[in-house]
Amino acid sequence: MRKAFVETLCRLAHEDPRVLLMTGDLGYLALELFRDSFPGRFINAGVAEQNMIGVATGLAEAGLRPYAYSIAPFAALRPFEFIRNGPVAHRLPVRIVGMGMGFEYGHSGPTHYALEDVAALRTLPALSIVIPADSRQAATAVRTTADHPGPVYYSLGKDDRLEVPGLNGRFEPGKVQVIREGADAAIITMGSVSQEAAAAAERLAEIGIQTTVIVVSSFNPDPDEDLTRLLRSFPIAFSVEAQTLSGGLGAFVSGVIASRGLPCRLTMIGVRTSPDGTSGQQSDRWKKHGLDRESILRTVCDGLRI
Amino acid sequence: MSQTVTRITAEAISPVALRRIILAQSKRANVGHIGSCLCVVEILAALYSGVLRVAAPDDPERDRFVLAKGHAGLALFGALVLKGWIPETCLGTFCGDDTLLGVHPEAALAGVDFSTGSLGQGLCFATGAALAARFQSSDRRVFCLISDGECNEGSVWESAMFAAHHRLGNLTVILDCNGQQAFGRTRDVMNCPNLPERWRAFGWNCQEADGHSMPDLIRSLSIRQPESPSIVVARTTFGKGVSYMERGIPLSQTHLKPEPITWHYLPMSDDEYRLALDELEKTR
Repeated sequence: MRKAFVETLCRLAHEDPRVLLMTGDLGYLALELFRDSFPGRFINAGVAEQNMIGVATGLAEAGLRPYAYSIAPFAALRPFEFIRNGPVAHRLPVRIVGMGMGFEYGHSGPTHYALEDVAALRTLPALSIVIPADSRQAATAVRTTADHPGPVYYSLGKDDRLEVPGLNGRFEPGKVQVIREGADAAIITMGSVSQEAAAAAERLAEIGIQTTVIVVSSFNPDPDEDLTRLLRSFPIAFSVEAQTLSGGLGAFVSGVIASRGLPCRLTMIGVRTSPDGTSGQQSDRWKKHGLDRESILRTVCDGLRI
Repeated sequence: MSQTVTRITAEAISPVALRRIILAQSKRANVGHIGSCLCVVEILAALYSGVLRVAAPDDPERDRFVLAKGHAGLALFGALVLKGWIPETCLGTFCGDDTLLGVHPEAALAGVDFSTGSLGQGLCFATGAALAARFQSSDRRVFCLISDGECNEGSVWESAMFAAHHRLGNLTVILDCNGQQAFGRTRDVMNCPNLPERWRAFGWNCQEADGHSMPDLIRSLSIRQPESPSIVVARTTFGKGVSYMERGIPLSQTHLKPEPITWHYLPMSDDEYRLALDELEKTR
């Protein structure tokens, strides 16, 4: 997604002289294409994310379109209050780019995991949140939201080759994308871990369980209408996210089910504990938290009492 | 590097008129922060007496001003009223319900460029505004009023480094050095002596000024270096203009001990208000 983001941003910058890219001194072997194509519009703000968001606010107030990039916890959590009082309070078109979904920074350890960014930023209603599940969707999403008048947060993944089957680069704010249809259960997923949900659905189909797989890729606006319509016909659903459960995808889905009075039981699959000091590659972390395809398959089977 | 001096023609805002608004509205709304507002009166009067070049509050080419110490919002509202950018009747809504005039300034109000209230953020916004002027090849200047207590915030120094690195000669900070912060003297809470030297060490062009002398402030604010941001360290007196506030004496609430920070918090009683006004009118 990182390559898709930078290439799309370069195309936007060609068309729109207001586009600037800021970084909190990160993006080696990723941002060079923009830096070398638009050297006067690339700002390394140093390792100072609070100031970066504040500066982006001042730039946007004057009509510019700054994209502020860092690893997700440093882009979203460190300067949270600057995001709230800056671009959000002023309704300015600052774009915040958080790199590394969930456990993508594997061996870098818990400081680098993005387990709360979406949940934390969902609490800011004027901030649009975009969580692509693969590279093609990321490209569409970055382009689709380029002219959004308010602030946007992009939670992006590092994997440039990732393609979630059936997604086909679709994105629309406030809408979900259905990537597989089946009548036995619904699986609602978000971000790059969608590949595990999709793979689990494939294996479930092989043993005769047909699932509908729904990708949630935006909040604020929330896709609550789409989800209500889709979940109406399922007695059981599973949410899958590489985030802590409170405030994230599972919390959102449960809110929709409860507020719309849907007869649907939800099992939330996600991170339930704070870091215990261990780290490992993404696949290892997914296993640990029940997010790998085998664990998802098992949880779905348990839920269906199969 | 050569200095540039901008000639400023004053269309004066009267400090007495501004103090009168601060006292009257603080009294009417029964709120505090009076000392913080009174000590920046001359700074705001200087800025709005011709230092800031603002044809209209919504002119994109206007100079920008950020009141980073947002708790002096009432002083800013008073200046905007005296400029005629917000109607005087607006002041009647200060600290009312569903108002744009809370204690801290909101950008939704005409004449307020950035919302503030959380210390350490205003200078970051101002730095971005200055960088934007550079990108847009505009000669807009950006002014930002911070406080000495605010210099506790790490983000202030993030901005200080950034502005110097990017040689933002169009950025001028005024540092309100009143020696007070929310729970005591700055020297007792987080001793940070030699602020001018610290800012110079960060690469800023630093001047010192009497924060209650309009000519001194206007002179200092007119000087800038094209290749480095400027800061005017303005020595001010908390509660300036009302002697019992300057001395930190809570006249009506005798159970409180006198200390300089008193008038950061207290609203005035009727007697205190009368006394403050009398003193103000005598100094005209």
